[in-house]
Amino acid sequence: VIDALAVALIAASLALAAWGLLMALLGRRPGMTLLAGLGVLEVGALVQAVVAVVVMISGDRPEQLVTFLLYLVASLVVAPIGALWMLAERSRWGNVVGAITCLVLAILVVRLQQIW
Amino acid sequence: VTVTRSSRHWWSATAGRPTASGPGRVLVAVYAVFAVSAGARAGVQIATRFDEAPVPYLLSAFAAAVYVLATIGLAARGPAARRLAVVSCSIELAGVLIVGTVSMLNPDAFPDATVWSFYGRGYGFVPLVLPVLGLLWLRHTARPAGALRDDRRP
Repeated sequence: VIDALAVALIAASLALAAWGLLMALLGRRPGMTLLAGLGVLEVGALVQAVVAVVVMISGDRPEQLVTFLLYLVASLVVAPIGALWMLAERSRWGNVVGAITCLVLAILVVRLQQIW
Repeated sequence: VTVTRSSRHWWSATAGRPTASGPGRVLVAVYAVFAVSAGARAGVQIATRFDEAPVPYLLSAFAAAVYVLATIGLAARGPAARRLAVVSCSIELAGVLIVGTVSMLNPDAFPDATVWSFYGRGYGFVPLVLPVLGLLWLRHTARPAGALRDDRRP
């Protein structure tokens, strides 16, 4: 919806995913950096969703409205669910779960951009 | 020392370690993503344009169901869950190989992509790798818990 925000979200997601994989390679447990990063990504996704809803209310609609809305909802729930699943794993694999959460969010934002 | 084993083969093991922790936590996460995305995709396809390509869309729905069952099988504990995971991962592997091959030989049969067409090319070939990893993980965790204390990593 807003190109600059989407690009920032995708870049931040990929950077955090790389961080998570690095921490996993180093054998660390999932830490505050990854958790806080997911929080920041969630705020970004929220801003994007609010803007999209406001634009839709003001009359402009994507062609595939249902698909767009499903992706929009997914972009809001993926970080919280991924964070919980990550915290449930107190080993290096928790970092991988966090990294995958970031990658999924990046893909969702790319798809949102493609649809609208 | 005699080791009592519940079964000769890993795929029919009734005991074994939980499958949803360690690397399994990652596996369950990826399976859940595929269950949700394949399910949502199939739902939208069938609800909005079923007439265009009924076979691929039904195949999408079938694939989604297999992913849901595999996710549950890997996430839950116990012999029934393990059996569910082994069966659904096997069907998944067969599905991606069969559908992948058919779509390569006869691309016209798949006007709209499913998760499994072209061996999951549209999804970075993750659908091809996932069942292999799932079955390897099920084999790895089929041994009883006491047998591999030394195998644990932080």
